[in-house]
Amino acid sequence: MNQPLLRVTGLSKSFTAPVLTNLDFELNPGEVHALMGSNGAGKSTLCNIICGIHAADSGSFEFAGQPYAPSSLQAAEALGICMVMQELNLFGTLSVAENLFFRTMADRFGIVRHDSIGRRAEEALRGVGLANIDPAQPLAELGVGQQQLVEIASVLQRALPDERTTTSIGPATSHARLRASGPDAPRALKLLILDEPTAALTDPQIDLLFEQIGRLKRQGIGVVYISHRMHEISRIADRISILRDGGLVATEAVADMNVDRMVGLMAGEVAKDEYALAPKMPDQQDHAVLLKVENLSRRVTSRSGGHTGFLDVSIELRAGEVLGVGGLIGSGRTELLRSIFGADVAHRGCLRLASDKFDRPRLMGSPAEAISQGIGMLVEDRKAQGLFLTGSVCSNISFTLLETLTNRLGLVDVSAEEQLALTMCDKLSIQFDSMQQPVSSLSGGNQQKTLIARWLANDLSILLFDEPTRGVDASAKARIQDLIREQAAIGKAVLVVSSETQELLKISDRVAVMSNGRLAGIFSGPDLSEEELLAASFRFYASDAGLSA
Amino acid sequence: MRPMQDYPPEPMPISARKSPIKLPWNSFGLMAVLLALILFFGVMSEYFFSAITFRTLINQVPALTVIAVGMTFVLLIAGIDLSVGSVMALCAAVMGVLIADSQMPIAIAVIGALLMGLVCGSVNGFVTAKWRIPSFVVTLGMLEIARGGAYLVTNSETKYLGDSVGFIGAPIAGLGVSVSLLAAIFVVLFAQWVLSKTLFGRYMIAIGTNEEAVRLSGVNPIFWKVLVFALAGLLAGLGGVFQLGYLQTADPNSGIGLELAAIAAVVIGGTSLSGGRGSVVNSFLGVLIIAVLQTGLAQLGVSEPSKRIITGLVIVAAVLFDQFREPLGRLLRRS
Repeated sequence: MNQPLLRVTGLSKSFTAPVLTNLDFELNPGEVHALMGSNGAGKSTLCNIICGIHAADSGSFEFAGQPYAPSSLQAAEALGICMVMQELNLFGTLSVAENLFFRTMADRFGIVRHDSIGRRAEEALRGVGLANIDPAQPLAELGVGQQQLVEIASVLQRALPDERTTTSIGPATSHARLRASGPDAPRALKLLILDEPTAALTDPQIDLLFEQIGRLKRQGIGVVYISHRMHEISRIADRISILRDGGLVATEAVADMNVDRMVGLMAGEVAKDEYALAPKMPDQQDHAVLLKVENLSRRVTSRSGGHTGFLDVSIELRAGEVLGVGGLIGSGRTELLRSIFGADVAHRGCLRLASDKFDRPRLMGSPAEAISQGIGMLVEDRKAQGLFLTGSVCSNISFTLLETLTNRLGLVDVSAEEQLALTMCDKLSIQFDSMQQPVSSLSGGNQQKTLIARWLANDLSILLFDEPTRGVDASAKARIQDLIREQAAIGKAVLVVSSETQELLKISDRVAVMSNGRLAGIFSGPDLSEEELLAASFRFYASDAGLSA
Repeated sequence: MRPMQDYPPEPMPISARKSPIKLPWNSFGLMAVLLALILFFGVMSEYFFSAITFRTLINQVPALTVIAVGMTFVLLIAGIDLSVGSVMALCAAVMGVLIADSQMPIAIAVIGALLMGLVCGSVNGFVTAKWRIPSFVVTLGMLEIARGGAYLVTNSETKYLGDSVGFIGAPIAGLGVSVSLLAAIFVVLFAQWVLSKTLFGRYMIAIGTNEEAVRLSGVNPIFWKVLVFALAGLLAGLGGVFQLGYLQTADPNSGIGLELAAIAAVVIGGTSLSGGRGSVVNSFLGVLIIAVLQTGLAQLGVSEPSKRIITGLVIVAAVLFDQFREPLGRLLRRS
């Protein structure tokens, strides 16, 4: 039996919390190995370590029989390990050809040889079914799906270096070859990592991609394939590995795997009482509905026909209840919250509010409008969209209430502001040295609590929380989860998006699951289990029933 | 409801434990620099401590001061206003024509000049905020438009007004300072009050720090951004009034390059070009530093080219110092 192409033994990695613990993984040459797991299972971290973006804390690697410890992405590429990421690393204003040959496009005088890279680009594009694309076209004019294929083509063309550079076309090509064989140039591809490559592709494009992957297999290249789409995995992969909580749960032949078994493996066995901490509503029908979301849709179509957003979502928020929203990252959860809050305006459907007696259909046109109707939203990315990082703790908490603390002359009542901030800090156990210290000097957990304080200081009846405990330490996380329950207990309607199923189970009375832009179901009572939620979150990826329908 | 749990205290980040030592890059630091410059020129030149120097300074300073105040607000919200020099010339031209050609009373002419500035600034603000066009481009366009307007209004001729407006720039008997300088100082103090005490000031800082967070907190940033640009235009108009009082002529060529002098003064005062941090009083000190530097160098007989080179070096040094003040502070703390 051949030795594996890549062998990972005892891999561990922590960021603020442990992400990978004692993970073993093997990839054979000429094998397509699928990686699956729910959000935060460690798939991306594993791949980032393999291709040199992060360094492992402990554990050993063997690549093609040699010990392997990549120091950077470049070091990994020099050994022939390449990754096509979900976020495209391309330059929209450069031409397709320049993107394909970004590091080898110039001759030794630094002059870009458009004739030569143009010819080579045509060949590379043909390989991924983009023969009708002009290599001189700016990349930004292509759709997302086509751009994804260009990215894949730029990795694939490294796999076939010989036949390309030996069929000498002219002097320019020999320069290119000189550069390509330089010390920093990537060597022939041996291991390819594809992270959700088909997310933006149409069916014919997927067929072409799989043809290419088949060719790579025959050349003995190992492929790590991350995807949520079971039917694609069964078409292309040889083996499948399931990750859970940073460890490998199972590696099996794809033929032996089915969806039920997969979901069972991903969910694992969880002690029921661990997430049964929350006082569940005995009968939600007793509680007054505060907000009805009816057939709300917001679908943004890219040029290639790919979609983001959500379609026809109908849910009811009740006073005194925490409604969790689960689903995979990118399933439309954040977009749904943003449209309810008016951060983006929904395209179709409407909201009905209890304060209107539900007889007035509304769409929120701006966050200001939503707030005036008693809706608040904690943003997903606190640093980019929420906090004023250089601002003081005090001014960050008081911001939405500043107008009410201002007299007719426009003067802000600073002592009342500080009193308000102090009260909130006390209530949320925010730790600080001085009210005037910049919020950037607080820990992640205290920063998040500061942002939550901004919303709790208002008397809003509907609170939308997007990933409220992301990137905070364990103690702050427990406090925030308690706060969310407390808000429900005093009669507010709370909607919580979380990528952690455990967290959803712990704090929610009901959980809605989004899948590929659709609402896959709302679970409560005995149906509320990790298996159910996971199975639902994959539901609309398995066919054309999601956003593209 | 469940009983409250006890939560173990979270570790405090180190930066929060010690209050960071601030280098004297606040008002006191700028005052020290200003004082040092004054002493230096006083020692080097026997003419520096004289009535003429003082007269030159108080004549030059008011227009640049009020324009620098407007520029401080614009930079605070992470914008820039390149049109202030031209707008000032246009407003002075409007005022000059109203007095010289239309025989209007001075009060009406002043109001006309201020309105002109307000209109120019509001257009800047509206186009920038509403259609999300970079203020650099919009105000660059306004720089040309207002300059062209100044030529149109004056028929490309300098209007001589004589003594009728001289009282604006001349020192008040017994007090030694001009009406315009007093007014400029009042504007500085009022603007500083607005910045540090009012809702408007807080919103400006917030918009400059994180405009999307402002929007997602339910505050419409467009209104406040238009207001800031409108104020910058209004203050450019006021600068035009001061300029007219000092020169006693409406010159359509006046104020060329003034926007750069204003930006330089504001930047020397420590206001961040990327928004969110700044002080009006410090901008005023920046104006004084530039004015003293130029007057002092002139008295030392430094040639015009050398004067410009030295001024340029001072601007870059000020920004460099600002850029590295935190590492410098750490270094000082360690030693």
